[in-house]
Amino acid sequence: MVPVEEILKTRMADIRKNHPEVSGFLESHGLIPDDDRLALADYIARIPDEDCQDYGLDKADLIDALGTFLEGLEGLTDGRQTFDVRSVSIIGGTDKSGRPEKINLTLLPGTITSIVGPTGSGKSRLLGDIEWMAQGDTPTGRRILVNGMFPGEDLRFSIEHKLVAQLSQNMNFVVDTEVGAFIAMHAASRMRITDHIVADIIAQANGMTGETFDADTPITALSGGQSRALMIADTAFLSTSPIVLIDEIENAGIDRTRALELLVKKEKIVIMATHDPLLALMADRRLVIQNGAIERVIETSAREKAVLVELEKMDAVMQRLRLRLRAGEEIEGLGS
Amino acid sequence: MRLVTVSGPPSSGKTAVLLNVIRELRKTGKTVGVVKFDCLSTEDDRVYASLGVTVRVGLSGNLCPDHYFVCNIDECVAWGVAQGFDYLLSESAGLCNRCAPHAKGVLAVCVIDNLMGLNTPKKIGPMLKFADVVVVTKGDIVSQAEREVFAFKVRQANPRAKIAQVNGITGQGAHGLATLFAGAPETSSLNGGSLRFTMPAALCSYCLGETKIGADYQTGNIKRIKV
Ligand SMILES: Nc1ncnc2c1ncn2[C@@H]1O[C@H](COP(=O)(O)OP(=O)(O)O)[C@@H](O)[C@H]1O
Ligand SMILES: [Mg+2]
Repeated sequence: MVPVEEILKTRMADIRKNHPEVSGFLESHGLIPDDDRLALADYIARIPDEDCQDYGLDKADLIDALGTFLEGLEGLTDGRQTFDVRSVSIIGGTDKSGRPEKINLTLLPGTITSIVGPTGSGKSRLLGDIEWMAQGDTPTGRRILVNGMFPGEDLRFSIEHKLVAQLSQNMNFVVDTEVGAFIAMHAASRMRITDHIVADIIAQANGMTGETFDADTPITALSGGQSRALMIADTAFLSTSPIVLIDEIENAGIDRTRALELLVKKEKIVIMATHDPLLALMADRRLVIQNGAIERVIETSAREKAVLVELEKMDAVMQRLRLRLRAGEEIEGLGS
Repeated sequence: MRLVTVSGPPSSGKTAVLLNVIRELRKTGKTVGVVKFDCLSTEDDRVYASLGVTVRVGLSGNLCPDHYFVCNIDECVAWGVAQGFDYLLSESAGLCNRCAPHAKGVLAVCVIDNLMGLNTPKKIGPMLKFADVVVVTKGDIVSQAEREVFAFKVRQANPRAKIAQVNGITGQGAHGLATLFAGAPETSSLNGGSLRFTMPAALCSYCLGETKIGADYQTGNIKRIKV
C-alpha cells in the first residue's frame, strides 16, 4: 500500500486512474478535484475556506484521516489476507442452566460444519459468539480463538478483517445496478483487480442454477435462485472473511452441492444452521445444540455418507422432475 | 455518568438499536436514562417507557432542531446526574445532513442503515464524519457484498470510526456496541464544552417568520445558488 506522503505528491490525474479508492475518499468529503495537473497536496492547500466550512473540513485533519484510511486498506492488498486464519476454536462455556459445556473444538479451512437443534436452543447465539470472537463476555461464557489465540480487541470492529460473512434466506440484493458493475464495485472495495473476477463469478453462479444471466442483467431482475447463486459465488471469490455462516439455504432453488463445493474449494470455514438432511450430511461434522450448549459433536460417518449418496440420487430425481415440469412435460413416472 | 449522543437519519433504527444496547447494559446492573429530541412529535418515548426506561422528550417545534439540541443538552445532563443514571443516551434524528450533535469528550454515535443506498455515507456530513462509532443496521436483509461495499464507503467517509453492525430486531451485535458505550468518558456537565463542528448558520428573515418570496424580503445571512 502506498503511504500517504506518496499519495500527496501524486497528480490528480494519476490518482483518478490508479487510486480510485483515494478519489472515493475525497468525494465522500465533498471534494471533486477539477484540475488534473495539481498534486494532491497542492489541491488540498487550495480548497477555499468557505468549502471547508460547508463540508466540515480541516485540512490537516483531512490528511490525517486519509493516512488512517490508507493504513486500514493494508489488510486488503490484492486479496491476499495479511491476517491468515488457519483455525477457529470454540472453547465451551456454560449452558442456560449454568452447567459447564464440555467442548473444545477446532474448525479448519475447507471444512463444513452443520448446527442442528430446536428453535431457541442457542444456534444463533453460537453464530453470534463466533462473529464477536467471544472471550467469556457473552451469556454463554464461550471463548473463540483464532489460530489458537484471541486476535485482539481491534479486530472486533475491523471491516478489513471481519471474521464472518453471512448468507441467509432473507437476504436480497437491493442495489440498483447491473450485475457486472456491482461485482466490479465490490472488487474495488476489496482492492482487487477486476479483470477476470467479474466473468469468473458470473460463470460460477450460472453453474449453480438452471437459468443463466450475464454482466448486463440488472441485479434486481435476478430470480431468487440466481441471486442466491450470485451471493455465494461473490462471497467465495471476494469476501475476505474466512468463515461463512449459512442460515437455511435449502429452498433457494440452487445446486447446493456445487455451492458448498465452491466455498470449500476457496478454503472457507463453512458453518451452517440447517435441518435439510442433504446439507447436514454433506457437512464433515454436526454440532447438536441443546439448552444453550453444544451437547454432542457427530462426525459424519461412512454409513451416513452412504445415506448421503442415496439422498443425492433422490435429489437428482427431484431436479429432473423440476426441469421436466418447466419444459411443459406430463409426469407419468419418476424416470426421464 | 456516561453520556452518549446518538444521531442518524429518520428510520435508520436508532431506537431499536438503543433498546437492545440498554438491555445489554442493564444485564451488567447499570441504570440508563434517555432523552429523545425530535421536531414535531415522537412515539419513541412510549417505546422506551414500555421497557421501563426513564425518558424525557424535547420537541423543537418551529426552531432548528439541532440548535434546540445544543441549547438544552446541558440541562438534560444535569437531570441525568440528579437521577443518578450510570448512562444517559440522547437520541436525535439528523434532519439536515449538515448538522451533528456531537460534542468533544462525549461518545458520538451515528446510526445508518444498509437500505439507504451506497451513496449515503458520502451524503451524510458531519453527523457521520465526526462520529466515534458508526452503527450500521438492517444488514440481515441485504447481501454480504452490499454490506461490505457499504462498510467500505463508511470507512472512506470516516476512516477513524469503529463500525458496528447491529441487528435492531434480534439484537445481534448489540453486546459489542454496549462494550463501546462502557468505554465512554464520564461527564457531569457540558457547560463550557464544545461541539465537534459548527452548526449551520441560520439567521435570515425566514428564521424570524417571513413567508413572502423575493429578494426584497430576504435579509440577514443569505447564500446564493450558482446556476
Ligand atoms: N449458553 C447460554 N447461556 C445463556 N443464554 C443462552 C445460552 N445460549 C443461548 N442463550 C440465549 O437463549 C436465547 C435463544 O437462543 P437462540 O440462539 O436465539 O436460539 P436458536 O437460534 O437456536 O433458535 C437467546 O436469548 C440466547 O442469548
Ligand atoms: Mg436462530
